[in-house]
Amino acid sequence: MIIKKPADIPSSEITDQQIYRDRRRFIRNTSTLLLAGMTGTVLQPRPAQAGYGGQPVAGTRPGPFSTNETPTLYKDITSYNNFYEFGTDKKSPALLSGSLKTDPWSVAVEGAVSRPGNYFLEDILKGQPMEERIYRMRCVEGWSMVIPWVGFPLSGLIKRFEPSADAKYVEFQTLLDPVQMPGQRRNVLDWPYVEGLRMDEAMHPLTILAVGLYGEILPNQNGAPLRLVVPWKYGFKGIKSIVKMRFLEQQPQSSWMRSAPHEYGFYANVNPQVSHPRWSQRRERRIGEFRKRKTLMFNGYAEQVAHLYQGMDLKKNF
Amino acid sequence: MRRAEPAFKLLLFFACLLPLFLLVWQGWCDLLGANPIEAITHDTGSWALRLLLLTLVVTPLRQITGWNGIMRIRRMLGLFAFFYASLHLITYLWLDQFFLWEEIWLDIEERPFITVGFAVFLLLVLLALSSPRVVMRWLGGKYWQRLHRIVYIAAIGGIVHYWWLVKADERSPQLYALFLFVLLAVRVWYSRWFAHLSGSGLPLFRPRV
Repeated sequence: MIIKKPADIPSSEITDQQIYRDRRRFIRNTSTLLLAGMTGTVLQPRPAQAGYGGQPVAGTRPGPFSTNETPTLYKDITSYNNFYEFGTDKKSPALLSGSLKTDPWSVAVEGAVSRPGNYFLEDILKGQPMEERIYRMRCVEGWSMVIPWVGFPLSGLIKRFEPSADAKYVEFQTLLDPVQMPGQRRNVLDWPYVEGLRMDEAMHPLTILAVGLYGEILPNQNGAPLRLVVPWKYGFKGIKSIVKMRFLEQQPQSSWMRSAPHEYGFYANVNPQVSHPRWSQRRERRIGEFRKRKTLMFNGYAEQVAHLYQGMDLKKNF
Repeated sequence: MRRAEPAFKLLLFFACLLPLFLLVWQGWCDLLGANPIEAITHDTGSWALRLLLLTLVVTPLRQITGWNGIMRIRRMLGLFAFFYASLHLITYLWLDQFFLWEEIWLDIEERPFITVGFAVFLLLVLLALSSPRVVMRWLGGKYWQRLHRIVYIAAIGGIVHYWWLVKADERSPQLYALFLFVLLAVRVWYSRWFAHLSGSGLPLFRPRV
Protein backbone atom coordinates (compact mmCIF):
# COMPACT_ATOMS: atom_id res chain seq x y z
CA MET A 1 0.00 0.00 0.00
CA ILE A 2 1.32 3.39 -0.97
CA ILE A 3 0.84 6.14 1.52
CA LYS A 4 1.27 9.47 -0.14
CA LYS A 5 3.04 12.30 1.59
CA PRO A 6 0.46 14.46 3.27
CA ALA A 7 0.11 18.11 2.34
CA ASP A 8 2.19 20.26 4.66
CA ILE A 9 0.47 23.53 3.90
CA PRO A 10 -3.14 23.91 5.00
CA SER A 11 -5.15 24.02 1.80
CA SER A 12 -6.78 27.26 2.83
CA GLU A 13 -3.50 29.08 2.39
CA ILE A 14 -2.64 27.94 -1.10
CA THR A 15 -4.35 30.50 -3.26
CA ASP A 16 -3.63 34.13 -3.18
CA GLN A 17 -6.35 36.59 -3.78
CA GLN A 18 -5.03 37.68 -7.16
CA ILE A 19 -5.48 34.32 -8.82
CA TYR A 20 -8.91 33.92 -7.33
CA ARG A 21 -10.00 37.31 -8.61
CA ASP A 22 -8.44 36.64 -11.99
CA ARG A 23 -10.58 33.57 -12.38
CA ARG A 24 -13.71 35.53 -11.64
CA ARG A 25 -12.75 38.14 -14.18
CA PHE A 26 -11.99 35.43 -16.69
CA ILE A 27 -15.40 33.90 -16.34
CA ARG A 28 -17.06 37.27 -16.64
CA ASN A 29 -15.11 38.23 -19.69
CA THR A 30 -15.82 35.05 -21.55
CA SER A 31 -19.43 35.22 -20.48
CA THR A 32 -21.20 31.93 -20.91
CA LEU A 33 -17.99 30.02 -21.45
CA LEU A 34 -18.36 30.54 -25.16
CA LEU A 35 -14.81 31.69 -25.67
CA ALA A 36 -13.56 28.93 -23.45
CA GLY A 37 -15.55 26.61 -25.65
CA MET A 38 -13.77 27.80 -28.76
CA THR A 39 -10.28 27.56 -27.35
CA GLY A 40 -10.78 24.63 -25.02
CA THR A 41 -9.32 26.59 -22.15
CA VAL A 42 -9.28 24.86 -18.81
CA LEU A 43 -10.53 26.89 -15.89
CA GLN A 44 -8.25 26.01 -13.03
CA PRO A 45 -10.14 25.65 -9.79
CA ARG A 46 -8.52 27.40 -6.87
CA PRO A 47 -9.42 27.28 -3.22
CA ALA A 48 -10.92 30.48 -1.95
CA GLN A 49 -9.36 32.48 0.81
CA ALA A 50 -8.97 31.42 4.39
CA GLY A 51 -11.77 31.99 6.84
CA TYR A 52 -15.21 31.07 5.62
CA GLY A 53 -16.89 32.16 8.81
CA GLY A 54 -17.10 28.68 10.25
CA GLN A 55 -15.67 27.36 13.46
CA PRO A 56 -12.28 25.68 13.06
CA VAL A 57 -12.02 22.01 14.02
CA ALA A 58 -9.56 21.96 16.90
CA GLY A 59 -6.42 19.88 16.65
CA THR A 60 -6.64 19.10 12.94
CA ARG A 61 -3.48 17.61 11.47
CA PRO A 62 -2.65 16.61 7.93
CA GLY A 63 -3.62 12.99 7.39
CA PRO A 64 -2.48 10.29 4.95
CA PHE A 65 -3.81 9.58 1.42
CA SER A 66 -4.32 13.25 0.53
CA THR A 67 -4.14 14.14 -3.14
CA ASN A 68 -2.07 17.10 -4.24
CA GLU A 69 -4.70 18.10 -6.78
CA THR A 70 -6.16 21.57 -6.34
CA PRO A 71 -9.17 21.52 -4.04
CA THR A 72 -12.52 22.63 -5.43
CA LEU A 73 -13.67 26.08 -4.32
CA TYR A 74 -15.32 26.19 -0.91
CA LYS A 75 -18.18 28.11 -2.49
CA ASP A 76 -18.81 25.28 -4.98
CA ILE A 77 -18.48 22.46 -2.42
CA THR A 78 -21.07 24.16 -0.21
CA SER A 79 -23.56 25.31 -2.87
CA TYR A 80 -23.79 22.31 -5.20
CA ASN A 81 -25.06 19.42 -3.11
CA ASN A 82 -27.13 16.31 -3.46
CA PHE A 83 -28.92 16.11 -0.12
CA TYR A 84 -32.48 15.12 -0.98
CA GLU A 85 -33.60 15.64 2.60
CA PHE A 86 -33.48 19.33 1.73
CA GLY A 87 -34.80 19.15 -1.82
CA THR A 88 -33.83 17.41 -5.02
CA ASP A 89 -32.04 20.24 -6.78
CA LYS A 90 -28.44 21.09 -6.05
CA LYS A 91 -29.07 24.54 -4.61
CA SER A 92 -31.78 23.67 -2.08
CA PRO A 93 -29.55 22.04 0.56
CA ALA A 94 -27.51 25.22 1.01
CA LEU A 95 -30.68 27.30 1.20
CA LEU A 96 -32.82 25.05 3.40
CA SER A 97 -30.46 23.15 5.68
CA GLY A 98 -30.16 26.02 8.15
CA SER A 99 -33.13 24.53 9.96
CA LEU A 100 -31.17 21.41 10.93
CA LYS A 101 -30.17 21.38 14.59
CA THR A 102 -26.89 19.51 14.96
CA ASP A 103 -26.42 20.13 18.68
CA PRO A 104 -27.30 18.07 20.67
CA TRP A 105 -26.69 15.05 18.44
CA SER A 106 -26.45 11.38 19.21
CA VAL A 107 -25.81 8.20 17.27
CA ALA A 108 -27.56 4.91 18.04
CA VAL A 109 -25.32 1.85 17.75
CA GLU A 110 -27.17 -1.45 17.32
CA GLY A 111 -26.72 -5.04 16.23
CA ALA A 112 -23.78 -7.38 16.49
CA VAL A 113 -21.61 -5.38 18.90
CA SER A 114 -20.80 -5.86 22.58
CA ARG A 115 -21.22 -2.16 23.31
CA PRO A 116 -24.48 -1.02 21.75
CA GLY A 117 -26.21 2.13 22.92
CA ASN A 118 -26.95 5.74 22.29
CA TYR A 119 -23.76 7.74 22.05
CA PHE A 120 -23.57 11.50 22.27
CA LEU A 121 -21.59 13.07 19.45
CA GLU A 122 -19.11 14.43 22.01
CA ASP A 123 -18.38 10.89 23.19
CA ILE A 124 -17.97 9.63 19.65
CA LEU A 125 -15.49 12.37 18.81
CA LYS A 126 -13.57 12.10 22.08
CA GLY A 127 -10.01 10.97 21.46
CA GLN A 128 -10.43 10.64 17.69
CA PRO A 129 -7.45 11.89 15.67
CA MET A 130 -8.75 14.80 13.57
CA GLU A 131 -7.04 14.70 10.19
CA GLU A 132 -7.30 16.71 7.01
CA ARG A 133 -7.82 14.33 4.10
CA ILE A 134 -7.96 15.86 0.65
CA TYR A 135 -9.97 13.31 -1.33
CA ARG A 136 -11.41 13.13 -4.79
CA MET A 137 -15.19 12.85 -4.78
CA ARG A 138 -16.91 11.38 -7.82
CA CYS A 139 -20.67 11.72 -8.12
CA VAL A 140 -22.62 9.06 -10.04
CA GLU A 141 -24.01 11.92 -12.15
CA GLY A 142 -20.67 12.43 -13.87
CA TRP A 143 -19.13 15.32 -11.99
CA SER A 144 -16.37 15.36 -9.43
CA MET A 145 -14.67 17.55 -6.84
CA VAL A 146 -11.53 17.57 -4.71
CA ILE A 147 -12.59 18.06 -1.11
CA PRO A 148 -10.39 18.81 1.90
CA TRP A 149 -12.30 16.92 4.57
CA VAL A 150 -11.60 16.95 8.26
CA GLY A 151 -12.40 13.67 9.92
CA PHE A 152 -11.18 10.50 11.54
CA PRO A 153 -10.90 6.87 10.43
CA LEU A 154 -14.14 4.94 10.85
CA SER A 155 -12.17 1.85 11.87
CA GLY A 156 -11.09 3.36 15.20
CA LEU A 157 -14.68 4.15 16.12
CA ILE A 158 -15.98 0.72 15.10
CA LYS A 159 -13.34 -1.01 17.23
CA ARG A 160 -14.65 0.87 20.28
CA PHE A 161 -18.06 -0.74 19.83
CA GLU A 162 -16.42 -4.18 19.79
CA PRO A 163 -18.25 -5.81 16.90
CA SER A 164 -18.75 -9.58 17.11
CA ALA A 165 -17.87 -12.15 14.46
CA ASP A 166 -21.44 -11.86 13.16
CA ALA A 167 -20.88 -8.27 12.12
CA LYS A 168 -20.30 -8.65 8.38
CA TYR A 169 -21.83 -5.36 7.32
CA VAL A 170 -22.51 -1.97 8.80
CA GLU A 171 -25.63 -0.01 7.93
CA PHE A 172 -25.93 3.75 8.39
CA GLN A 173 -29.05 5.87 8.69
CA THR A 174 -29.64 9.59 8.28
CA LEU A 175 -31.88 11.55 10.62
CA LEU A 176 -35.60 11.15 9.92
CA ASP A 177 -37.31 14.41 10.79
CA PRO A 178 -39.59 16.01 8.18
CA VAL A 179 -39.90 19.14 10.33
CA GLN A 180 -36.19 19.87 10.13
CA MET A 181 -35.72 18.21 6.76
CA PRO A 182 -38.43 19.55 4.45
CA GLY A 183 -37.41 17.26 1.59
CA GLN A 184 -38.64 14.29 3.62
CA ARG A 185 -42.24 15.54 3.37
CA ARG A 186 -42.34 14.04 -0.12
CA ASN A 187 -41.66 10.36 -0.79
CA VAL A 188 -38.91 10.93 -3.31
CA LEU A 189 -36.95 8.18 -1.55
CA ASP A 190 -37.95 5.70 1.12
CA TRP A 191 -36.90 7.75 4.17
CA PRO A 192 -34.76 7.63 6.20
CA TYR A 193 -31.76 7.49 3.87
CA VAL A 194 -29.88 4.24 4.35
CA GLU A 195 -26.42 3.24 3.21
CA GLY A 196 -24.12 0.38 4.01
CA LEU A 197 -20.61 -0.97 3.76
CA ARG A 198 -19.05 -4.39 3.97
CA MET A 199 -17.03 -4.66 7.16
CA ASP A 200 -13.66 -4.68 5.39
CA GLU A 201 -14.67 -1.54 3.48
CA ALA A 202 -15.73 0.15 6.71
CA MET A 203 -12.44 -0.79 8.38
CA HIS A 204 -10.31 0.36 5.44
CA PRO A 205 -7.93 3.22 6.38
CA LEU A 206 -9.30 5.37 3.53
CA THR A 207 -12.80 5.34 5.02
CA ILE A 208 -13.47 8.24 7.33
CA LEU A 209 -16.27 9.94 9.17
CA ALA A 210 -16.03 13.65 8.37
CA VAL A 211 -16.91 16.47 10.73
CA GLY A 212 -15.27 19.33 8.84
CA LEU A 213 -14.41 20.91 5.53
CA TYR A 214 -11.54 23.28 4.70
CA GLY A 215 -10.47 23.13 8.36
CA GLU A 216 -13.83 24.25 9.66
CA ILE A 217 -16.89 22.55 11.15
CA LEU A 218 -18.96 20.88 8.41
CA PRO A 219 -21.75 23.07 6.99
CA ASN A 220 -25.20 21.48 7.30
CA GLN A 221 -25.60 21.06 3.53
CA ASN A 222 -22.50 18.85 3.48
CA GLY A 223 -23.89 16.45 6.07
CA ALA A 224 -23.26 17.96 9.49
CA PRO A 225 -22.49 16.98 12.10
CA LEU A 226 -21.20 13.56 11.04
CA ARG A 227 -20.99 12.04 7.57
CA LEU A 228 -19.36 9.11 5.84
CA VAL A 229 -16.62 9.56 3.22
CA VAL A 230 -15.62 6.57 1.09
CA PRO A 231 -13.54 8.12 -1.69
CA TRP A 232 -13.41 5.13 -4.06
CA LYS A 233 -17.21 4.89 -4.21
CA TYR A 234 -19.77 7.17 -5.85
CA GLY A 235 -20.76 10.15 -3.73
CA PHE A 236 -24.19 8.84 -2.76
CA LYS A 237 -22.51 6.21 -0.56
CA GLY A 238 -21.28 9.06 1.65
CA ILE A 239 -24.34 9.20 3.87
CA LYS A 240 -24.90 12.48 5.69
CA SER A 241 -26.11 13.52 9.15
CA ILE A 242 -25.75 10.01 10.56
CA VAL A 243 -27.94 9.04 13.55
CA LYS A 244 -27.69 5.26 13.47
CA MET A 245 -25.16 2.51 12.83
CA ARG A 246 -26.29 -1.12 12.76
CA PHE A 247 -23.93 -4.05 12.59
CA LEU A 248 -25.46 -6.84 10.56
CA GLU A 249 -24.79 -10.31 9.28
CA GLN A 250 -26.80 -9.76 6.08
CA GLN A 251 -26.07 -7.19 3.42
CA PRO A 252 -28.27 -4.15 4.08
CA GLN A 253 -30.37 -2.57 1.35
CA SER A 254 -29.59 1.06 0.66
CA SER A 255 -32.20 3.66 -0.22
CA TRP A 256 -31.00 3.88 -3.81
CA MET A 257 -31.02 0.10 -4.22
CA ARG A 258 -34.65 0.12 -3.13
CA SER A 259 -35.48 3.06 -5.38
CA ALA A 260 -33.88 1.72 -8.59
CA PRO A 261 -32.23 -1.70 -8.14
CA HIS A 262 -31.05 -1.97 -11.76
CA GLU A 263 -29.31 1.41 -11.54
CA TYR A 264 -27.70 1.33 -8.11
CA GLY A 265 -25.95 -1.62 -6.54
CA PHE A 266 -24.65 -2.17 -3.05
CA TYR A 267 -21.00 -1.60 -3.90
CA ALA A 268 -21.24 1.53 -6.09
CA ASN A 269 -17.50 1.54 -6.67
CA VAL A 270 -16.36 4.17 -9.13
CA ASN A 271 -15.84 2.18 -12.32
CA PRO A 272 -15.42 3.73 -15.77
CA GLN A 273 -16.15 0.38 -17.39
CA VAL A 274 -19.59 -0.08 -15.87
CA SER A 275 -22.00 2.36 -17.40
CA HIS A 276 -25.05 3.76 -15.68
CA PRO A 277 -28.27 3.91 -17.74
CA ARG A 278 -28.33 7.70 -17.44
CA TRP A 279 -24.69 8.65 -17.33
CA SER A 280 -21.60 7.38 -19.04
CA GLN A 281 -19.08 6.73 -16.31
CA ARG A 282 -16.11 6.84 -18.65
CA ARG A 283 -15.49 10.51 -18.05
CA GLU A 284 -16.33 13.18 -15.53
CA ARG A 285 -16.42 16.94 -15.26
CA ARG A 286 -14.31 18.22 -12.41
CA ILE A 287 -16.23 21.16 -10.98
CA GLY A 288 -14.36 24.32 -11.98
CA GLU A 289 -12.83 22.73 -15.07
CA PHE A 290 -14.11 23.01 -18.59
CA ARG A 291 -13.15 19.84 -20.42
CA LYS A 292 -14.13 16.47 -19.04
CA ARG A 293 -11.42 14.18 -17.73
CA LYS A 294 -11.18 10.41 -17.75
CA THR A 295 -12.66 8.66 -14.75
CA LEU A 296 -10.19 6.42 -12.94
CA MET A 297 -10.88 2.92 -11.66
CA PHE A 298 -11.91 3.12 -8.00
CA ASN A 299 -11.68 6.90 -8.44
CA GLY A 300 -7.89 6.64 -8.51
CA TYR A 301 -7.67 4.63 -5.27
CA ALA A 302 -7.19 1.25 -6.98
CA GLU A 303 -3.81 0.69 -5.34
CA GLN A 304 -5.39 0.93 -1.93
CA VAL A 305 -8.69 -0.89 -2.48
CA ALA A 306 -8.59 -3.14 -5.55
CA HIS A 307 -7.64 -6.16 -3.40
CA LEU A 308 -10.96 -5.90 -1.53
CA TYR A 309 -12.80 -6.97 -4.66
CA GLN A 310 -10.47 -9.63 -6.03
CA GLY A 311 -12.34 -12.36 -7.84
CA MET A 312 -15.58 -10.42 -7.87
CA ASP A 313 -17.41 -9.65 -11.09
CA LEU A 314 -17.70 -5.89 -10.82
CA LYS A 315 -20.17 -5.75 -13.68
CA LYS A 316 -22.57 -7.82 -11.59
CA ASN A 317 -21.61 -6.32 -8.24
CA PHE A 318 -21.90 -2.74 -9.41
CA MET B 1 -57.93 43.29 -32.08
CA ARG B 2 -56.42 43.27 -35.56
CA ARG B 3 -54.56 46.53 -35.03
CA ALA B 4 -53.02 45.21 -31.83
CA GLU B 5 -51.70 42.07 -33.49
CA PRO B 6 -48.33 43.29 -34.84
CA ALA B 7 -47.53 44.91 -31.50
CA PHE B 8 -48.50 41.75 -29.67
CA LYS B 9 -46.36 39.65 -31.96
CA LEU B 10 -43.39 41.94 -31.48
CA LEU B 11 -43.81 41.85 -27.72
CA LEU B 12 -44.00 38.07 -27.79
CA PHE B 13 -40.88 37.94 -29.95
CA PHE B 14 -38.87 39.74 -27.30
CA ALA B 15 -40.50 37.76 -24.51
CA CYS B 16 -39.28 34.57 -26.21
CA LEU B 17 -35.75 35.96 -26.23
CA LEU B 18 -35.85 36.76 -22.51
CA PRO B 19 -34.73 33.31 -21.30
CA LEU B 20 -31.65 33.59 -23.52
CA PHE B 21 -30.83 37.09 -22.26
CA LEU B 22 -31.29 35.91 -18.70
CA LEU B 23 -28.93 33.00 -19.30
CA VAL B 24 -26.24 35.21 -20.84
CA TRP B 25 -26.64 37.70 -18.00
CA GLN B 26 -26.28 34.93 -15.42
CA GLY B 27 -23.18 33.69 -17.20
CA TRP B 28 -21.77 37.20 -17.23
CA CYS B 29 -22.35 37.64 -13.50
CA ASP B 30 -21.09 34.15 -12.61
CA LEU B 31 -24.53 33.18 -11.31
CA LEU B 32 -24.83 29.83 -13.04
CA GLY B 33 -23.53 27.96 -10.01
CA ALA B 34 -20.81 25.36 -9.63
CA ASN B 35 -21.67 23.52 -12.83
CA PRO B 36 -22.44 26.18 -15.46
CA ILE B 37 -22.52 23.77 -18.40
CA GLU B 38 -25.16 21.65 -16.70
CA ALA B 39 -27.14 24.79 -15.86
CA ILE B 40 -27.06 25.96 -19.50
CA THR B 41 -28.05 22.50 -20.75
CA HIS B 42 -31.01 22.25 -18.37
CA ASP B 43 -32.20 25.81 -18.97
CA THR B 44 -32.17 25.66 -22.78
CA GLY B 45 -33.82 22.22 -22.69
CA SER B 46 -36.57 23.42 -20.36
CA TRP B 47 -37.37 26.41 -22.57
CA ALA B 48 -37.45 24.28 -25.71
CA LEU B 49 -40.04 22.03 -24.06
CA ARG B 50 -42.07 24.92 -22.62
CA LEU B 51 -42.25 26.72 -25.96
CA LEU B 52 -43.12 23.51 -27.76
CA LEU B 53 -46.05 23.01 -25.38
CA LEU B 54 -47.03 26.66 -25.81
CA THR B 55 -47.43 26.13 -29.56
CA LEU B 56 -50.04 23.53 -28.67
CA VAL B 57 -51.96 26.10 -26.62
CA VAL B 58 -52.59 28.25 -29.70
CA THR B 59 -55.24 26.13 -31.41
CA PRO B 60 -57.41 25.54 -28.30
CA LEU B 61 -57.16 29.26 -27.54
CA ARG B 62 -58.43 30.08 -31.00
CA GLN B 63 -61.24 27.60 -30.61
CA ILE B 64 -62.28 29.06 -27.29
CA THR B 65 -61.88 32.75 -28.11
CA GLY B 66 -62.61 32.66 -31.82
CA TRP B 67 -59.60 34.93 -32.35
CA ASN B 68 -58.13 33.72 -35.64
CA GLY B 69 -55.26 36.19 -35.61
CA ILE B 70 -53.64 34.22 -32.83
CA MET B 71 -52.63 31.63 -35.43
CA ARG B 72 -49.96 34.03 -36.60
CA ILE B 73 -47.91 33.57 -33.47
CA ARG B 74 -47.90 29.79 -33.66
CA ARG B 75 -45.10 29.55 -36.18
CA MET B 76 -43.01 32.02 -34.21
CA LEU B 77 -43.45 30.03 -31.00
CA GLY B 78 -42.60 26.83 -32.85
CA LEU B 79 -39.46 28.34 -34.34
CA PHE B 80 -38.40 29.60 -30.93
CA ALA B 81 -38.91 26.10 -29.52
CA PHE B 82 -36.61 24.89 -32.29
CA PHE B 83 -34.16 27.70 -31.51
CA TYR B 84 -33.88 26.68 -27.84
CA ALA B 85 -33.73 22.99 -28.76
CA SER B 86 -30.83 23.83 -31.07
CA LEU B 87 -29.04 25.73 -28.31
CA HIS B 88 -29.68 22.73 -26.04
CA LEU B 89 -28.17 20.32 -28.55
CA ILE B 90 -25.22 22.60 -29.32
CA THR B 91 -24.51 22.94 -25.59
CA TYR B 92 -24.43 19.17 -25.31
CA LEU B 93 -22.29 18.60 -28.42
CA TRP B 94 -19.90 21.45 -27.79
CA LEU B 95 -19.62 22.47 -24.14
CA ASP B 96 -20.49 19.09 -22.65
CA GLN B 97 -18.91 16.58 -25.03
CA PHE B 98 -16.55 18.87 -26.89
CA PHE B 99 -17.37 17.17 -30.21
CA LEU B 100 -16.07 13.77 -29.12
CA TRP B 101 -18.19 12.02 -31.72
CA GLU B 102 -17.36 8.58 -30.39
CA GLU B 103 -18.70 9.47 -26.95
CA ILE B 104 -21.70 11.23 -28.45
CA TRP B 105 -22.59 8.23 -30.59
CA LEU B 106 -22.27 5.90 -27.58
CA ASP B 107 -24.53 8.25 -25.61
CA ILE B 108 -27.20 8.19 -28.32
CA GLU B 109 -26.90 4.41 -28.50
CA GLU B 110 -26.70 3.53 -24.80
CA ARG B 111 -28.71 6.16 -22.98
CA PRO B 112 -32.43 5.93 -23.74
CA PHE B 113 -33.14 9.51 -22.74
CA ILE B 114 -30.53 10.78 -25.16
CA THR B 115 -31.81 8.49 -27.92
CA VAL B 116 -35.28 9.95 -27.50
CA GLY B 117 -33.99 13.51 -27.20
CA PHE B 118 -32.02 13.18 -30.38
CA ALA B 119 -34.99 11.71 -32.25
CA VAL B 120 -37.19 14.58 -31.07
CA PHE B 121 -34.66 17.07 -32.37
CA LEU B 122 -34.77 15.46 -35.82
CA LEU B 123 -38.56 15.81 -35.79
CA LEU B 124 -38.21 19.47 -34.87
CA VAL B 125 -35.81 19.97 -37.78
CA LEU B 126 -38.48 18.59 -40.09
CA LEU B 127 -41.08 20.94 -38.63
CA ALA B 128 -38.77 23.95 -38.82
CA LEU B 129 -37.76 23.22 -42.43
CA SER B 130 -41.38 22.99 -43.50
CA SER B 131 -42.46 26.12 -41.67
CA PRO B 132 -41.89 28.79 -44.37
CA ARG B 133 -44.97 29.77 -46.36
CA VAL B 134 -43.29 28.66 -49.60
CA VAL B 135 -42.85 25.13 -48.33
CA MET B 136 -46.38 25.13 -46.99
CA ARG B 137 -47.74 26.09 -50.41
CA TRP B 138 -45.49 23.61 -52.16
CA LEU B 139 -46.68 20.78 -49.89
CA GLY B 140 -50.30 21.83 -50.02
CA GLY B 141 -52.36 22.57 -46.92
CA LYS B 142 -53.52 19.02 -46.38
CA TYR B 143 -50.11 17.41 -46.52
CA TRP B 144 -48.54 20.21 -44.55
CA GLN B 145 -51.10 19.73 -41.81
CA ARG B 146 -50.55 16.00 -41.77
CA LEU B 147 -46.80 16.47 -41.56
CA HIS B 148 -47.16 18.93 -38.75
CA ARG B 149 -49.11 16.45 -36.64
CA ILE B 150 -45.68 15.07 -35.68
CA VAL B 151 -45.54 17.98 -33.28
CA TYR B 152 -47.59 15.76 -30.94
CA ILE B 153 -44.97 13.03 -31.14
CA ALA B 154 -42.25 15.63 -30.57
CA ALA B 155 -44.04 16.99 -27.48
CA ILE B 156 -44.58 13.53 -26.00
CA GLY B 157 -40.98 12.63 -26.85
CA GLY B 158 -39.71 15.81 -25.23
CA ILE B 159 -41.47 14.95 -22.00
CA VAL B 160 -40.21 11.35 -22.12
CA HIS B 161 -36.68 12.68 -22.66
CA TYR B 162 -37.03 14.80 -19.54
CA TRP B 163 -38.74 12.08 -17.50
CA TRP B 164 -36.03 9.50 -18.18
CA LEU B 165 -33.31 11.93 -17.25
CA VAL B 166 -34.72 12.56 -13.78
CA LYS B 167 -33.24 10.42 -11.03
CA ALA B 168 -35.93 10.14 -8.39
CA ASP B 169 -38.03 13.26 -8.12
CA GLU B 170 -40.47 13.00 -11.03
CA ARG B 171 -42.77 15.84 -10.04
CA SER B 172 -41.56 18.31 -12.62
CA PRO B 173 -41.86 16.03 -15.70
CA GLN B 174 -45.23 14.91 -14.34
CA LEU B 175 -46.44 18.50 -14.43
CA TYR B 176 -45.36 18.88 -18.05
CA ALA B 177 -47.11 15.61 -18.88
CA LEU B 178 -50.31 16.78 -17.17
CA PHE B 179 -50.21 20.02 -19.12
CA LEU B 180 -49.82 18.14 -22.41
CA PHE B 181 -52.61 15.75 -21.42
CA VAL B 182 -54.98 18.67 -20.83
CA LEU B 183 -54.06 20.18 -24.20
CA LEU B 184 -54.71 16.89 -25.98
CA ALA B 185 -57.93 16.29 -24.04
CA VAL B 186 -59.24 19.71 -25.07
CA ARG B 187 -58.64 18.77 -28.70
CA VAL B 188 -60.51 15.49 -28.40
CA TRP B 189 -63.35 17.17 -26.56
CA TYR B 190 -63.55 19.99 -29.10
CA SER B 191 -63.59 17.72 -32.13
CA ARG B 192 -66.39 15.64 -30.59
CA TRP B 193 -68.32 18.73 -29.70
CA PHE B 194 -67.80 20.05 -33.19
CA ALA B 195 -69.09 16.83 -34.72
CA HIS B 196 -72.13 17.08 -32.47
CA LEU B 197 -72.80 20.70 -33.40
CA SER B 198 -72.31 20.24 -37.12
CA GLY B 199 -74.81 17.43 -36.97
CA SER B 200 -77.37 19.79 -35.46
CA GLY B 201 -76.70 22.49 -38.07
CA LEU B 202 -75.93 25.21 -35.54
CA PRO B 203 -73.62 28.11 -36.51
CA LEU B 204 -69.97 27.54 -35.83
CA PHE B 205 -66.96 29.62 -35.27
CA ARG B 206 -64.56 26.89 -36.20
CA PRO B 207 -62.22 28.59 -38.63
CA ARG B 208 -60.73 27.10 -41.74
CA VAL B 209 -57.22 25.82 -41.36
